[in-house]
Amino acid sequence: MTTPAEMPIHGNSDIVLIRQRVRTAAVEVGLSLVDQTKVVTAASELARNALVYAGGGQVRIEVVHNGVRRGLRLAFSDDGPGIPDLDQALTDGWTTGGGLGLGLSGSRRLMDEFELKSAPGEGTLVTVTKWAR
Amino acid sequence: MSVSADAGRHRIETLLATNEDQIFRRWLEIAGASSSGHVDRGNLNGQLRELYNALVRSFGDSGRPGESSELRGLLAELSRNRARQGFTPTETATVVFGLKEAVYESTGDDGSSEALQGFLWFSRLVDDLGLFTMETYSATREKIILDQAEQLLELSTPVVKLWEGIVAVPLVGTLDSARTQVVMEKLLQTLVDTGSEHAVIDITGVPAVDTQVAQHLLKTVVAARLMGAECVISGIRPQIAHTIVTLGIEFGDIVTKATLADALAHALRESGVEIVRNRGSRVALRTVEE
Repeated sequence: MTTPAEMPIHGNSDIVLIRQRVRTAAVEVGLSLVDQTKVVTAASELARNALVYAGGGQVRIEVVHNGVRRGLRLAFSDDGPGIPDLDQALTDGWTTGGGLGLGLSGSRRLMDEFELKSAPGEGTLVTVTKWAR
Repeated sequence: MSVSADAGRHRIETLLATNEDQIFRRWLEIAGASSSGHVDRGNLNGQLRELYNALVRSFGDSGRPGESSELRGLLAELSRNRARQGFTPTETATVVFGLKEAVYESTGDDGSSEALQGFLWFSRLVDDLGLFTMETYSATREKIILDQAEQLLELSTPVVKLWEGIVAVPLVGTLDSARTQVVMEKLLQTLVDTGSEHAVIDITGVPAVDTQVAQHLLKTVVAARLMGAECVISGIRPQIAHTIVTLGIEFGDIVTKATLADALAHALRESGVEIVRNRGSRVALRTVEE
């Protein structure tokens, strides 16, 4: 997969498809089995966040290079209500949706790079990257 | 409808009646070519013949010809059958749209506005019928998918008895809310029916454990506990363990094991069954009297 892939997030079945697609991409990039599972899990969390809190969105799956290292970058974007307090949202156990409150903070730990952009009324963009070792 | 449009329509109606053989043969050719290999000619011939006759008959009706219930019924049957037999949308639609081409070739376009009006009218009619066919087609496909999803739900959640008082649920695939609900209900009911006090939930077949899956598992375990049964979660592979720790999920005092065998050994021990290896390496079991 050399060209970035865009996938919509509109329902639970889309999350399953995204997980499968991300796993295929992670294998192609050459991530270890543990890292594959971590990326797939983070993708599952972030896609579900977009679905539950914004009613849907999309993900861009792309292979990135840093010198000879290859990595997998996922960008989840939505046009939802946005996050008013980013620090609070990244606190373990904080949830407004009845979940465990570990999706966002856990995804940050699962990935190598994590960037969260959001403001009330402006949607949310989460970009995460995992580098092959 | 203006006079020339009426005349145009009349012209097409007459054409369909008088040039029936030629138009029908051409239609059969086009429809047959688009779905070659899938369908047997005799079958297609019969279907198209019925459709053609229904269409011609519908011109005599007082209502709009495209809304004849006989015609729509035949089209619905055709597209339902095709959806079930795995025809593509194109193959299905071409059957209907092929009639347009067949008629156009027979109109003998003389450039008159009457011929144009007539063909336009007919074209709109066929478009309507084509859209109706596609709607039925996709409705049928959606129904098939829904049915399969339900079948999968039923199939993939067996609760098996491992030992007297020990039941196991081997989970395979994605755990969403609907499936967890089914699993939980089945497990709790089996605990009651069999009087079991130990349950093993095996997640070897679950590809990824995210917070939602973990939450569903935790709830199931708590529910089982409320009924007096102890749950062991087994099948935690190294990469899953890694991910759960990094995510920050805590399983608390819930017993987890790497394999189903470990979980069974644990449950047997808990229920007072001792496994002893005899000479001659036969395995003997006895219950420890307490």
